[in-house]
Amino acid sequence: MERETILHLSALELAKAIRKQEITSEQAVEAVLEKTDKTETDLHAYVSVFREDAPEIARKRDAFVREMPEGTELPPLWGVPVAIKDNLLLQGKKTTCGSKMLENYISPYTATCVEKLEKAGAIVIGKTNMDEFGMGVSTENSFFGPTIHPLDPTRVPGGSSGGSAAAVGSGSAFAALGTDTGGSVRQPAAYCGLFGLRPTYGTVSRHGLVAFSSSMDVAGPITRSSLDLAAIYNIVTGADDKDMTSVCAPSVDLLAMKQYSPKGKRIGIPKQLFSEEKMDQEILKAMKIAIEELESSGARIDLIDMPILDYAVAVYYILSSAEASSNLSRYDGIRYGYRASDVKDLADLYTKTRSEGFGLEVKRRILLGNYVLSSEHFEDCYRKAEKARDQVRSAFDEAFSEHDLLLSPTSPMVAPKLGESLKDPLAAYVSDLCTVPASLAGIPAVSIPVQSSTGFPCGIQLMARKFGEQELLGASYFHEKHCTSLERRGDA
Amino acid sequence: MRDFETVVGLEVHVELKTESKIFCSCPTAFGGAPNAHICEVCAGLPGALPRLNRKVVDHAVMTALALNCEVTRESRFDRKNYFYPDLPKGYQISQLYAPIGRDGYVDIEYPDKKDGTSMLKKRIRIHELHMEDDAGKLVHDPIKNITKIDFSRCGVPLLEIVTEPDFRSEEEVVAFLEQLRIMLRFLGVSDCKMQEGSLRADVNLSVRPIGQTSLGNRTEMKNLASFRAVAKAIGYEAARQWAVVSESGRIPRETRRWDEEKEMSFPMRKKEDASEYKYFPEPDLPAIRITDEKIEEVRKQIPELPSDKRRRYIEQLRLPAYDAGILTSQKPLAVLFERTAELCGDPKEASNWIMGEFMKILNDHGNSGEDFDLRPDSLGEIILLLQKGRISRASAKALLLSAYEDGSIPEKEAEKRDLWLIGDKEVLRPIVKKVLEDNPKALSEYRSGKLKNKQFLLGQAMRETKGKADPSILEGVLQEYLESE
Repeated sequence: MERETILHLSALELAKAIRKQEITSEQAVEAVLEKTDKTETDLHAYVSVFREDAPEIARKRDAFVREMPEGTELPPLWGVPVAIKDNLLLQGKKTTCGSKMLENYISPYTATCVEKLEKAGAIVIGKTNMDEFGMGVSTENSFFGPTIHPLDPTRVPGGSSGGSAAAVGSGSAFAALGTDTGGSVRQPAAYCGLFGLRPTYGTVSRHGLVAFSSSMDVAGPITRSSLDLAAIYNIVTGADDKDMTSVCAPSVDLLAMKQYSPKGKRIGIPKQLFSEEKMDQEILKAMKIAIEELESSGARIDLIDMPILDYAVAVYYILSSAEASSNLSRYDGIRYGYRASDVKDLADLYTKTRSEGFGLEVKRRILLGNYVLSSEHFEDCYRKAEKARDQVRSAFDEAFSEHDLLLSPTSPMVAPKLGESLKDPLAAYVSDLCTVPASLAGIPAVSIPVQSSTGFPCGIQLMARKFGEQELLGASYFHEKHCTSLERRGDA
Repeated sequence: MRDFETVVGLEVHVELKTESKIFCSCPTAFGGAPNAHICEVCAGLPGALPRLNRKVVDHAVMTALALNCEVTRESRFDRKNYFYPDLPKGYQISQLYAPIGRDGYVDIEYPDKKDGTSMLKKRIRIHELHMEDDAGKLVHDPIKNITKIDFSRCGVPLLEIVTEPDFRSEEEVVAFLEQLRIMLRFLGVSDCKMQEGSLRADVNLSVRPIGQTSLGNRTEMKNLASFRAVAKAIGYEAARQWAVVSESGRIPRETRRWDEEKEMSFPMRKKEDASEYKYFPEPDLPAIRITDEKIEEVRKQIPELPSDKRRRYIEQLRLPAYDAGILTSQKPLAVLFERTAELCGDPKEASNWIMGEFMKILNDHGNSGEDFDLRPDSLGEIILLLQKGRISRASAKALLLSAYEDGSIPEKEAEKRDLWLIGDKEVLRPIVKKVLEDNPKALSEYRSGKLKNKQFLLGQAMRETKGKADPSILEGVLQEYLESE
């Protein structure tokens, strides 16, 4: 198989080719590494690439395939090179979270979801760049420098899992794990023309995911196909003794997914997430095409009113920053990570270490979190936001009592130009308006790539009720196969 | 001075005696090399999450019930955020908004200072009971001028018991702490060793003119390593506050540190500007739901508590109040007493042995009776041997000492040391016969009426047996000979 052809495959297609011995895992790894060598200087998708380990593991995978008896059932991603975001721990490798604070931090253990990926045969090719501790929408808030959009060097790939999206979009990995707190998987997937899934909160163990906002963090795949999303979802989910918030979820049936039809399905569009004044024209146009196509396939689509969603961005930033300010307290220069030098006393050590070790956006969130948790503002900020979050949950419960799915754009715009997202932090926060509602409610959501009117990729988002991944991914698959989607992005 | 009264409330921290820590599976063992018992969870490494040890909840519920608290049906954890080098996560996982227990009480009894004999009674209300994780320890090295951190204590489960400000004197406080300590040890939830820090009491104290109902500004006293220190510190702090208030001064709200050597307290930090802990609900741990069934299940596991035992010993086993008080002051003593009384069937005899000989042994070994290794069956077995006449009283004492010191089994030890009394008449007859033959004068004098010679002859016979004859049987055999001709 040609190298360029290899790089266009989805993860499951590659796994099948390896299983049928049409290609070796080592060839796939070499193809990816070669591609990465070519693009990485400009793209900067990775913080670390495992040039030594990955081919080594690939050769072992290949040897197993060669020697296995006829009829052996291989794990689903046997020999497939994947990337993981640099806030997921992999034992013996650095986990930087895109921060100076953890620049040289070596993971002492492996995250449960990464361990499950490896058990499924995947080979971790590298760890991807990200906004520091997951805080950002463009991957420009990385201590190691920004990641660039794989299709347009003047644009950002989105964030915070921008490195994962850029890696899959550029052919530097066949699939990647990102993490999604307020949209960090869905939004970069949309910007880069890929599929991104935020699973139901708790279905993927957070053990080994460096915490940003504990009540919303969830790891999810960024891929080139809906089936890849489902396969990886099935691999990484499962209750874990090491995470008390983790829950057991039913797996997605890939065959049933392929038979999904939107006929008779009721799809709601929250009007708060689909409005002329909040969104770019090209996004509205892409949405309209998606609506027409789904309607012509038999879906019943209507606009619904969810007024509480007008507060979703504010609620999200209050709650996530409160949790972040506490979760990031452990980076104090005492035990590991960055430590400031020339300090007078303990207070000075804390102040200097945290002032120098954290970037601007992280410090802004810590300040915001401390503000909303202070005894003076706890009731009128944190408690109020908690109550509003309950109302968001109820609003979704109500919406799903009459609808199978909810539809919105993933982001109100296409990938912005480099530097734009940093100009006005508040404007950047507001751009999360479509993705944060699902985060607050803990429900699953998928971003499906479509083409904007200018030809640049963007995403539409489907949301389902808790544990509704089967419905969600079925609809995603249907859209992928039967509607105007984007040409598959496997190669820049 | 007498125009003022002292008002005290306590915050008692108790280390729970579970095998593993509250949020991970590391052992809670005291001692060991620094940082020997840590993992990614208790050391607060990135990506690690707490997982609740259900045993801790069971212990907390049991304690809440024993303290007559209302058990919270949906209890939750909260984060208490602050920076300190012994706190690896940058926050403590505690309970603020929904603690496991609330609104309980303990009835205390303590001797009246005025007459010294009659007992005063008082009900101390418990405000709340909550679970939390302990922090590590800072070890200062003054010679090298460095500070080392031992994280092994991080994640050791703690219960914090907060009382209402119901105490008016150090006697009440010490009586409460003693009673609490005995109770928790009986429950088996904690060792309550103040020296090892498994029971720590912080004293919140204020003074006010008698008759005033509102509370004065209080201070919090830390670093109290013994009941004696608690009593001293309360006396000192009350006098200090009286002195300030008497001169129309104002007591600043602050935390003070007790210096045991100087017997004085010193300010540690001002409360007024430092109590911003930014508490919020712990998102990593789901709520703990406690059902009625669970509460009943735990209630059944609560052993008989000291106050109930004491009453039973007096009323049913007819022990003097004094004995009953001592025997129920330490769990191991009560366990030993009950087993001994059961084995020998004589509660008074069991009590006499414990109150007398066994206490003497404990005393000689500098043991307070809190913790000893004696197999509970040992003393009962010894008393039985004594009752059956198989050993002498002196041997019984020797066997008890050996059982205490070496854990020996009385029966085997008696065998080993050849302590068995000779109770066989066939064995004793030739011995007695020989003694009579060797002492013809004493024998003839006896027969001619000098009856006290019998005692001499008995002594001689006992000496022949090297003291191992059963005295009553030996006397019987001698009597047979004396009467036979």
